[in-house]
This record gives sequence, C-alpha cells and structure tokens, in this order.
Amino acid sequence: MFNGNVALKTEVNRLNSHTDLNDFRQQILDSYDPDRPEILVCHGTGCIANGSVELTQALKKACQTMGVDAKIMPGIKSTGCQGLCSKGPLVHIKPHGLFYQRVKAKNAEEIIQKTIIENKPVKHLLYKDPQTGELFHKEEDIPFYKKQKRYVLKNIGKIDPTRIEDKIAVGGYQALAKALTTMTPEQVVEQITKSGLRGRGGAGFPTGRKWQGALKAIEKKGRPVYVVVNGDEGDPGAFMDCAIMEGDPHAVLEGLILGAYALGAEMGYLYIRAEYPIAIKHLQIAMEQAKAYGLLGENILGSDFCFNAQINRGAGAFVCGESTALFTSIEGKAGNPRPKYVRSVEEGLWGRPTVLNNVETWANVPMIVENGADWYANIGVPKSTGTKVFCLVGKVNNVGLVEVPMGTPLAEIVENIGGGLPGGAPFKAVQTGGPSGGCIPYHLKDLPVDFDSLTKAGAMMGSGAMIVMDDRDCVVDVARYFLRFLEEESCGKCLPCRLGLSRMREILDNFSHGCGEEKDIDDLMGLAQAIQDGALCALGSSAPNPCLTTIKFFKDEYIAHVRDQKCPAGVCKDLITYSIDPEACTGCMSCSRQCPQGCISGEKKKPHAIDESACIRCGICMETCKFKAVIVR
Amino acid sequence: MITFNINDTEVQAEPGWTVLETARQYEIEIPTLCYHEAVSSSGACRLCMVELKDGSWSKLVASCIYPVAEGINVYTETERVKNVRRWVFEMLLAQCPASGEIKQLAAKHGVESTRFSIKDPDEECMVCGLCTRACEEIVGLSAISMVDRGVHKKIGAPFSRPTEVCVACGCCVTICPTGAMRSRIDAVRGIPKITLTPLAV
Ligand SMILES: Cc1cc2nc3c(=O)[nH]c(=O)nc-3n(C[C@H](O)[C@H](O)[C@H](O)COP(=O)(O)O)c2cc1C
Ligand code: SF4
Ligand code: SF4
Ligand code: SF4
Ligand code: FES
Ligand code: FES
Repeated sequence: MFNGNVALKTEVNRLNSHTDLNDFRQQILDSYDPDRPEILVCHGTGCIANGSVELTQALKKACQTMGVDAKIMPGIKSTGCQGLCSKGPLVHIKPHGLFYQRVKAKNAEEIIQKTIIENKPVKHLLYKDPQTGELFHKEEDIPFYKKQKRYVLKNIGKIDPTRIEDKIAVGGYQALAKALTTMTPEQVVEQITKSGLRGRGGAGFPTGRKWQGALKAIEKKGRPVYVVVNGDEGDPGAFMDCAIMEGDPHAVLEGLILGAYALGAEMGYLYIRAEYPIAIKHLQIAMEQAKAYGLLGENILGSDFCFNAQINRGAGAFVCGESTALFTSIEGKAGNPRPKYVRSVEEGLWGRPTVLNNVETWANVPMIVENGADWYANIGVPKSTGTKVFCLVGKVNNVGLVEVPMGTPLAEIVENIGGGLPGGAPFKAVQTGGPSGGCIPYHLKDLPVDFDSLTKAGAMMGSGAMIVMDDRDCVVDVARYFLRFLEEESCGKCLPCRLGLSRMREILDNFSHGCGEEKDIDDLMGLAQAIQDGALCALGSSAPNPCLTTIKFFKDEYIAHVRDQKCPAGVCKDLITYSIDPEACTGCMSCSRQCPQGCISGEKKKPHAIDESACIRCGICMETCKFKAVIVR
Repeated sequence: MITFNINDTEVQAEPGWTVLETARQYEIEIPTLCYHEAVSSSGACRLCMVELKDGSWSKLVASCIYPVAEGINVYTETERVKNVRRWVFEMLLAQCPASGEIKQLAAKHGVESTRFSIKDPDEECMVCGLCTRACEEIVGLSAISMVDRGVHKKIGAPFSRPTEVCVACGCCVTICPTGAMRSRIDAVRGIPKITLTPLAV
C-alpha cells in the first residue's frame, strides 16, 4: 500500500479532528507510487532467529551495489510475524504479490536481479506444497493462508509496526475517530456487549459484561477507573500476544484508548512480559507517535477526552499474568495473587475499579467499533463470536500463527491449515490452553474450537497455544512436563498448589519409572480434585487439567505404564527397550557407528543386535536407521 | 443483620463478617490452621474450605476470607470439602511430620497416615505465615518474613541470620499453629549471650 520511504512531514502536526485524520491519511496514500516495489521482510521472533536481520542488510546492500534504477528502487520494510514461521525467513514483494520462503542473505542479489529488475519470480524461493509439489506464487493461494480468516492479524506482516503512518494508511485510528465524533461512551460499551466479544486471555469472560461491571462499580465508588492490557503471555508454546504487540502495536493501543473512552479512564497500563523487549519497544514507539499526532494524551483528536498510558515490564513470573497478581506487581509489590473474594472490576489497581483485558481482546475492539457489533457477531459461532489467533506448534508441518473463526473444527486447523503431521500420520492429540488446558484426542477431531466446546471436552481455550502430538508423544510425559512447569511457577502462597503439584508430579514420576500401581491413578484424580477445589488462584485450580484430560482420554496408556510397565509411545526410558528386527536390518552398520555406548554388534551385511544391558535408550540408532529396522517397545 | 444458611440451619451475621466468624459464633466446627483472629487472613492453608450451593451450581471457598452474603447456602461437611481437607492433611503430615499439633488436628478429622513420602522428618513449619503476620501486624516489626517463592518458600530473618530487629517478644511462638516457631526463635533473635545467675532462695 504505502511505500514508507517517502518523507511525509518533518514537523508533526497534531490531528485535531476526524477530518484532519482523513486528510492526513489521504496525503499518505497520495504519496504512494504504485509502480515502486516494496520488499517486506518478516522480523518476527522466528524469522529473526533464522537470519532476517542479515537478509535485510544484504537486500539493502544489493540495491545499492547493483545499480537499481531510481524509479524501481524498492522500499525495504521490516514487519511483524507473517505467520508461517516454520518456513522463515519470509519475504513478501509488492506490487508483484510474490511470497518467498526460507530466504537467506545469499539470495538477496538474486531477488533484486530477477524480481526487482527483471520482474520475474525466483522459482526456488516459492512455496511448494509438501504433498502435491505444487508451486505457489502468492501468499493468498497457499492453503495455510487461504483457509484462515485474518482480522486481528490483518495488518501484521503488511505494515512497518514502527511507523504510525503505515497504520493510518490502512485505516488505523478510524474507529477511535468514529467513536469520538459519533458515539457516546455508553454506545461504545453497548457495541462491545452486543458483539459478543469474550476475553482472549483464557477464561472467555464476556468483555462487554466486564465493562458494564466496571461502570456499575464507578457509579458506587466514583472514578478514577483504570484500563489495563495483560501482555504477560507466558504459556509454553504461545506467542500470539507477542506477535500482535510486535507486529501491530497500534491495534492494541487504539483498543485501549477506546476502552478508556468508554469507561472514562484517564490512565491505562500495559503490563508486558520483560522477555518481550521488541514488543515493549514497538509499543513505546507507538505511544510516542500517537501522542505526537494527538491520538493519545491531552484532548485526543481535538476532543475533551484525555487519556495517558504507561508500560510496565512484567516481573518475569507466570503467575503475574493472573489478574490480582498483575495488579500487585504494577503497584510495586511482589506479584502474588490476592486471596480476597472481590471482583477486580470493583477493586483492582490501587483498590479502584479496573478493567483488565488481554492483548488480543483489546486488538479486537477497534474493528468492532468501526464495523459494528452485528458485523462482528456474524463471525464465528453464536456464543463465541469473532476469530481466535492460535500458535500452532509441535508435530505439525506448518508451525506458525493462525487465525480462524471461532467454531472451526480442530481437524481443519491441524490438517488443512497446519498441513498435517510430518509423515502424514493422523495426530494423536492436541493440547490446547497450555499448562492450564487439556489434551483433545484424535477421535474428537471434529470438535468445534470455541470456548464452550473446549471446556466441555475438559480442555480450555487458554491463551491459544495449540501443541500437536503424534504417537511418539507419551501422555504421562506430557502431563509431567506441564506439572513441572507450574510447580516451578507456583507462587507458594496456598498449600494445595505449593505442595499438591509436586505430589502429583511425583506420582507421575513413579509411573514413568515403572513403579506405580493402578490405585495410584485414583489417588491422582482425588488429589487433582482437591487442588482444583482448594487452590487460591486459577494457576493452581487449573493445573491438574492436562493430567486429568489425559487420564480421561488415554487411560489405557496410563494403565500400560502402571500395570504392564510399558510406555506405548516409547518415551519413558525406564520402560522401553530397543531391538533390531533381523528381517529389516540390512547390516549397513550406520547404527553401530552412531551408538554412543558402542553396544550394537554385527558384521557388515548381516543383521545387527543391541546389547540391552549397556543400552542407555537414547534412540540415536532408531533415528539413524534408514530401514526402520530399529524397534522400540 | 445478614441471614443465610450453614448446613441447612439459618444463621445471622453482622455485615462484614466472614463465613468462618459466623460458624464459630454458632459453634459449627471448621478446621483452620493459617487463620487467627488477631491478624489479617491470608487464605493459605485451605483447610477451612466450605461448599456454596445454589441449585445445581456449587463452588468451594475459603471460609476464613469469604464474606457473608444474604441467602447463601454454606455446607461444611460435603464430599468435596472433605476431599480437600483429607488431601491437605495428608500433605501436611508428610511435609511437617514433626509437628504434634498437626498430627492431632489431622487425627481429629480422621486422617492418621499419609501416602506421601517424608522428605525431612524434623520439619514442623507449614509456611502458613501467621508468625510473619503477627510480627508485622501485632508487634509492629517485620523481624521475620517469607523468603523465596513457590516450593522453596520458607520463613526466617533476612539472610537467615539473627536480627537486631527482633525484640524476642515471643508473639510468633504463641501464634504458630504447628509449634515450629519454638525451635526457630533462637535463629531469629540469637541465643542470649548473658548467663543468668540463679536467684538466691
Ligand atoms: C496463572 C495465570 C496466568 C495468566 N496469564 C495470563 C496472560 O499471560 N495473559 C492474559 O491475557 N491473561 C492471563 N491470565 C488470565 C487473566 O487472569 C485475566 O483473566 C485476563 O487477562 C482477562 O482478560 P480477558 O478477559 O481479555 O481474557 C492468567 C491467569 C492465570 C490464573
Ligand atoms: S494457586 Fe498456586 S499460584 Fe495461585 S495463590 Fe496458590 S500457590 Fe500461588
Ligand atoms: S538406544 Fe542409544 S544406546 Fe541404545 S543401542 Fe540405540 S544408540 Fe545405542
Ligand atoms: S513458623 Fe509457624 S506460624 Fe510461622 S510459618 Fe511456620 S508454621 Fe506458620
Ligand atoms: S516470525 Fe516470521 S513468520 Fe513468524
Ligand atoms: S484457615 Fe482459611 S485458608 Fe487457612
């Protein structure tokens, strides 16, 4: 859309009305030269790790050294996560609409030569369907993107998140201008309520109801009221909030400003995990720019409405994402959950009425205000409206950031968008909701992914991590992993969580060592119930979920561990043995060369054998063998 | 006055009371460890859980911090309540096996053994934090506090060294529900250096 390499204004003028904003937007759009190419390089966490910073430098250098004509000198932009992280670094080229994957710095000159100068695609950088081998030129044709509905992620990967001009060009702050000029605060709350938006931070609490609750509390206690962004995302495998804050910080900010207008708040806080320095930086820049244009601060867009916001770095503990712990942390105390039975809309930050919403929740607000509640309520399913962003990770071909309407069947996400599992086998289970969520087995693959269906299945939406597992993932091991994570993250305040999680994990440790008994499974369920009922905050009370859902859906596998001392997935080291199938073994000797114990013997071209007493069950032989001759049991 | 039910019996409470305070008023037994009327409640031990029911809806809350409300139905001896209690007692028996007080209370509620392994047979402290709250709120000092977090949480003076701040009032020893502070107080105030001459009779 907008090239971004044209200097618009040296001196920033405050925008004092909706007309000012529209004029400015038009000015940005007019400066756009449709013939001039633009190279969008993904600078999401995954692509940076794969070398996109070096790639950008190489592209810039190539433009200079290769004598590119001034007329077609491309603008090179760094964007947020473009979605298909496992194929990064990703590059998007406009106006050609070309989509390149796995681009390295060494491809820079080729891209400039072929695509920018000669107007042709670089074939070997195009996306190739792993099953059909079909080549795709454009992002929108690739199944991964084609089957998504990107609303929250709409601008991420398309704009430079550090330039407010980019955002304004694609319609940023239009919702705010609309609200300030044509809607009362009550009407904004009404639209959010009618839209059916539910909190994306985990529990799915209706956002409109939360805001109305705050208004009721304000009636009783008066103002100030605070609006707060929960950007503490700490689930293993989750990075959607990070991607939103990094890739489209103004969406979060505009949502927050709209919330402040609706509730009459003058101050807001963005609580962001300290491990997200780029998100913090981009939001900082976004706030400075918004302030300079009069979109944040005093007399926003020339109105009477004043609102300021500040960023707080998270204290680095998972539990600080819990609402009351987050408040104590912002107040400068140790981030521990509060034991009181009061709702935070009534008594939140500094005891004042407070509305805390998740990053993605806030990012949904502008589009609801702009397009109306009815438009929004038509997306998704009646009780879970809108879309949800997921992080698809684990044993799946297309690892990345995915957005689908609520109610999309699980299999559609994993198999069609995610491209299925490497090797084509069906998935065994999908863990949703991170350490507080649950495991959904393959036989529920048609389960609509919405708040209520997931809860009914014993899992939960959580923040949106989706970990795909195959038959080499052991459910006991998975349950242990999440319990260990939460055991470390427990604040230690209440006894069921502080002591109970370790005790649950100890029982599972016994299972994986082959020293459990069948009655231990019942004990585990009883203790889990006690923790669910007894823990003080939701970290503890939801911690047993992964264990309970795996028992519910994979009881056989638990029984195999305790009764037969076997790990069917071949993961629990104490319960497995490696052997070589003499029929399949060709005597190629690769396993015996790789075995760190040197415990594989056999002559060349004769079947090999493993000395079980020396084997440390590292599995290297199995990975090495090309003939699938190594068996684990 | 607020009227509600405990175990299907109508009770009355002043606004601002907790369910536990009301239950005590009516001599309805609810076990507690981390609660003491002299200091603020922390809701840490979860022994005082009770079940709220309303039709098919039900939820467990900690009675020592749950404020009374008109018309609620509280139950103190349901299966879910007893399940929490039993597991909390079993975990306590394994965690602070040296505490006679805990053994007694657990036995009173029918829990005499634990299926968990004992890590430190000499441990008495359950990290309920009553001692630190007493020191801060009653004595007005904070000679002792919680150090570390999560599973590593323990109580003590800063840097685990005797501290001048402690006035050796013994308030923490009196309030400690497990008897753990008896053997800890010397580590907090230091062992007195002077030897007293016995009084002449
Ligand atoms: C242990 C724990 C961790 C949490 N972490 C987060 C988090 O990282 N981000 C988040 O938005 N909500 C988190 N939540 C949920 C918040 O407490 C709160 O419900 C949410 O921020 C409300 O926003 P929403 O209604 O928009 O979802 C966490 C809850 C618990 C119990
Ligand atoms: S449930 Fe866990 S994290 Fe929450 S207050 Fe209790 S000990 Fe702390
Ligand atoms: S599992 Fe590891 S130690 Fe055992 S035989 Fe194979 S390579 Fe050797
Ligand atoms: S010493 Fe006693 S009062 Fe203090 S935390 Fe331990 S058990 Fe509680
Ligand atoms: S980080 Fe580049 S696609 Fe996600
Ligand atoms: S007495 Fe209520 S939680 Fe300990």
